[in-house]
Amino acid sequence: MAYPANYRYTREHEWIEVDGKTGTVGITDYAQNSLGDIVFVDAPKVGATVKKGEVFGSVESVKAVSDLYAPVSGTVTEVNEELASSPEKINTDAHKSWIMKVELSDLAEADSLLSAADYDKFVAEETGH
Amino acid sequence: MSTSATAPALRKTPLNAVHRQLGAKMVDFGGWDMPVEYSGLIAEHMAVRTGVGLFDVSHMGDIQLRGPESLDAIQHICMNDASKLQVGQAQYSAMLYPQGTFVDDVIVHKLSDNDYLIVINAGTREKDFNWVKTNAQKFHCHVSDYSDYYTQLAIQGPRAEETLQKLTNVDLSTIKSYWFKWGTVCGLPNTLIARTGYTGEDGFEIYVPSDEATSKRVWEEVLEAGKEFGIVPCGLGARNTLRLEAALSLYGHEISETINVYEAGLDRFCKPEKGPFIGSDALQQVTAAGGPERKLVGLEMVDRGIARDGYGVFDENARPIGTVVSGSPAPFLKKNIALAFIPKDYSAIDRQLFVQVRNSMVKAKMVPIPFYRRPKKQS
Repeated sequence: MAYPANYRYTREHEWIEVDGKTGTVGITDYAQNSLGDIVFVDAPKVGATVKKGEVFGSVESVKAVSDLYAPVSGTVTEVNEELASSPEKINTDAHKSWIMKVELSDLAEADSLLSAADYDKFVAEETGH
Repeated sequence: MSTSATAPALRKTPLNAVHRQLGAKMVDFGGWDMPVEYSGLIAEHMAVRTGVGLFDVSHMGDIQLRGPESLDAIQHICMNDASKLQVGQAQYSAMLYPQGTFVDDVIVHKLSDNDYLIVINAGTREKDFNWVKTNAQKFHCHVSDYSDYYTQLAIQGPRAEETLQKLTNVDLSTIKSYWFKWGTVCGLPNTLIARTGYTGEDGFEIYVPSDEATSKRVWEEVLEAGKEFGIVPCGLGARNTLRLEAALSLYGHEISETINVYEAGLDRFCKPEKGPFIGSDALQQVTAAGGPERKLVGLEMVDRGIARDGYGVFDENARPIGTVVSGSPAPFLKKNIALAFIPKDYSAIDRQLFVQVRNSMVKAKMVPIPFYRRPKKQS
């Protein structure tokens, strides 16, 4: 799987695309594959504060629930409404199906996240390949 | 990565390599390396409800009882009345402990007057075999473990008959539900074809020789025959959501060594009037005491939330009253459903209850089970 080079990643399998002060957040293809058919996304409300490393919502599949961890701190500016009616879009294209957009309160936080190459390596180690 | 002492190797069915080649996600199920999904749980579930799906269920076990007292042995060990069976007929039944709780649920097949086949669960193979062997000792019959002799495939769905018909000389329309016949399937003579299953749909289970080459060939021929009906291979994930919609019991959830027949709501498969059997005394006492204290009920989530295995059930005053034993989204019904044990005083259809979903109390209501019944066939 090719992980977009311009995204950054967490060890909890979230991705973030940073553009100026805005970060777009979703979960990786590895995460959607592990979860299976996604049936519900519990996303925060616009205006909510999120803190790096803390739970900001969850994703539910038929067989499991998975917490979502914020890759950065900031304020939620937008939530992907499509996922309310079609959560399975994450299964179809995890790297395009964003969950929330955040206005970063600390731009430096994104720098400590994994690069695509590092995330790829991390996943390979996790799965023993 | 965690490091731990080497666990015993997982058992494999003869189709293990085939599942892996198909890219199946594999899981440890009761010590077996089994496919949990191939193309996706929801797609597989819907294929069975609307077309046809194929399952490898070879992990299940097969016990044969042969001899002049094989029926007596079964009547002693199993709770349903096997004397009602005709040759070619099968029945859902269970083996009970003396306390009236479950050793396992089974399907008993009458092959001939002195020859019975009991199909048992994968996770309880050895326990069940030893249980039958020990308790059949006093009867004139021979108990054999045939589990590894068969690759067992389940072909399930409204188009299952049309699919399998292409592969056999037996007129499948003459096999009624819970009956079986022998015939040639995929060129293999004397193959057992049973109209049984665990999905709530019409379907068949076939028992073919367990060598890898034959197993693979039959698997592929079934997939080819079912292509025009949209057949897909189906894993344990869909198997679970299908059986849950049909409110069929899963050992360790709705039935177990601590749950009795009446709590599980399986009264109709239990025939104390046939005479004593292992567990019948204890069940008689349950009846004499006014019935079971708790009952298995169906729940449907009213507010947004998915009830899952192990979640607590609460009454309208936030008092804990029970536990969910099986819960999941239902892909066909498009609802979130669950089976739970609650005290018998709470069992009223439409009664409002709550399930604790992570940190919230989510509204649920009692509904009749099964949640899903397949449509009546148009003749």
